[in-house]
Amino acid sequence: MSDIALAPPARAPSWEFLTRLVRDKPLGAICGVVCVLFLLCGVFADVLAPYGFNQISPLNRLKPPSWAFPFGTDNLGRDMLSRCIYGARMSVIIGFSAAALATAVSVTIGVLCAWLGGWFDMLVQRFVDAWMSFPELIVLIVVVSVLGPGMGQIIVVLGLALGIAGSRIIRGAVLSVRQTMYVHAAQSIGAKSRRIVWRHLLPNVMAPVIVLFTNRVGTAILAESGLSFLGFGVPPPAPTWGAMLSGSGRAYMYQGPWLALAPGLCLTIVVFAISMFGDALRDLLDPRMRGSR
Amino acid sequence: MQRYVIRRILTLIPTLLFASAIVFVTVRLIPGSVIDLMLSQNESGAAKVSRQSLEAALGFDRPVYVQYLQWIGGILFHGDLGTSLWQRTPVSEQILQRLPVTFELGLLAMAVALTLAIPIGVGSAMRQDTAVDYITRSFSILMLAIPGFWLGTLVIVFPSIWWGWSPEIKYTPFLEHPGRNLAQMIIPAVILGFGLSAITMRMTRTMMLEVLRQDYVRTAYAKGLARRTVIVRHALRNALIPVVTLIGLQAPVLIGGAVIMEQIFVIPGMGLLLLEAVNSRDYPVITGVFLVVGVAVVAINLLVDLSYGLLDPKVRHQ
Repeated sequence: MSDIALAPPARAPSWEFLTRLVRDKPLGAICGVVCVLFLLCGVFADVLAPYGFNQISPLNRLKPPSWAFPFGTDNLGRDMLSRCIYGARMSVIIGFSAAALATAVSVTIGVLCAWLGGWFDMLVQRFVDAWMSFPELIVLIVVVSVLGPGMGQIIVVLGLALGIAGSRIIRGAVLSVRQTMYVHAAQSIGAKSRRIVWRHLLPNVMAPVIVLFTNRVGTAILAESGLSFLGFGVPPPAPTWGAMLSGSGRAYMYQGPWLALAPGLCLTIVVFAISMFGDALRDLLDPRMRGSR
Repeated sequence: MQRYVIRRILTLIPTLLFASAIVFVTVRLIPGSVIDLMLSQNESGAAKVSRQSLEAALGFDRPVYVQYLQWIGGILFHGDLGTSLWQRTPVSEQILQRLPVTFELGLLAMAVALTLAIPIGVGSAMRQDTAVDYITRSFSILMLAIPGFWLGTLVIVFPSIWWGWSPEIKYTPFLEHPGRNLAQMIIPAVILGFGLSAITMRMTRTMMLEVLRQDYVRTAYAKGLARRTVIVRHALRNALIPVVTLIGLQAPVLIGGAVIMEQIFVIPGMGLLLLEAVNSRDYPVITGVFLVVGVAVVAINLLVDLSYGLLDPKVRHQ
């Protein structure tokens, strides 16, 4: 019994976690800072952006980057820096909402399948198989073609699409926790299913859940920008990074090549930072992955 | 092996049934929208169509299960995916014309990805934790983060500004002029392949690292085999098995990426067909493309799983 008394606390204090992140994964920590900056950019877009995202100024059409317009201006004289900052807001809203919904869907399906097992699991898993045969982008295009474009639709469809696919990972994690002694112990003292799921299973699959969420934010941002690029995203004049690279902007890129640079760079830096930060979190949170590269 | 193949094919039945249900539900059952959109489009046009006649034409006036059974029965027994609303040609005919184009793009992209990923992945694993390893790993994550459509846009815009060069936009079929066709397809294939190579490279590296630590590799070295033989015959062959599975899992990503590349480089494949159909609200074509893409991915994964049986003797003996 003394083992139990000596066991370390289940949750390390967050300060200790941050120190480990900086010490063991310096690049991951830098990328974490970039992610926080991106989040702040999205939240405080009104304060940070020097101009409005749709502030048209015919006198300043297609101005190259300068002090007044660090990222240049577009064909309507709108400041590209401000549009990119507001674009971050769109990406934050869509990325985080879709990822939150996706994670909730993944956890619900994953836990139910792993816990209930049997024919329910068999049937749902075949559905997941079928679902995973459809590329997210094509599902998005088809649904938007039926429902019409809009932020709500995109968040719900991305959340469902990514959530169903991600349920496999959570199911796998719950299945392995289900076999542990403490779950058997809880069962043998007569704990109810609900208690076991909430108190024993869920806290112990939090590591893959957090990693999945981070990963999904990046995937959702990329998927949304692809959809916007094709012209099926949030309708204009909403400034999404994907839409800035297509549509009317595309026709003027030959006169103003800077139009092709800023939104793509923003997208690449944010997705790169999220995926590096996600990798670092995975390595630190999952003891089995620790030390692996 | 025979039992493995039969079992694998049997598991396809529920997957395909679910896939067809997903397509059906997504396009047909979202409340009234299809009809509303078509009617609103028709109001501005010359031909006015009544709601009832449209519903009857699309078969929406019958119970849902009858609609589904008729639809799936038509596909299974007659290969009938419906008729295009505007062009009045069978959807299957349109898809058959476009499918080989997307298939070629995907195959080329896969070839680019593997040619890059496998040697670099192996090299990176053999020089673990050196500068080469760090550079290739960072590069692969960067390739994952760069969206294909941005890279495509840059390829279209900058060479044109700097050198006055722009990619050909008039599509030439492969059988008509193979050289011109390949010259046109290679740029989108390289862009698609880059993204795919990143994941494959990471997987090859991880698997190589694992395999290189196995006893049988040490035994091979101890027997006095040349390093090259040990790497190619003993390590790589085993490391590649999960890489093959990864290729199957990447099939949807590849098809999704192909849609974007076909749009940027005006390649008349399945992706462009879908985008055209969405813009003209041609629902039978949308449904057809959606279903064929899903079935194609299922088929690719079946082939991958069957090749797994060929590559891995353990699967064969189970």
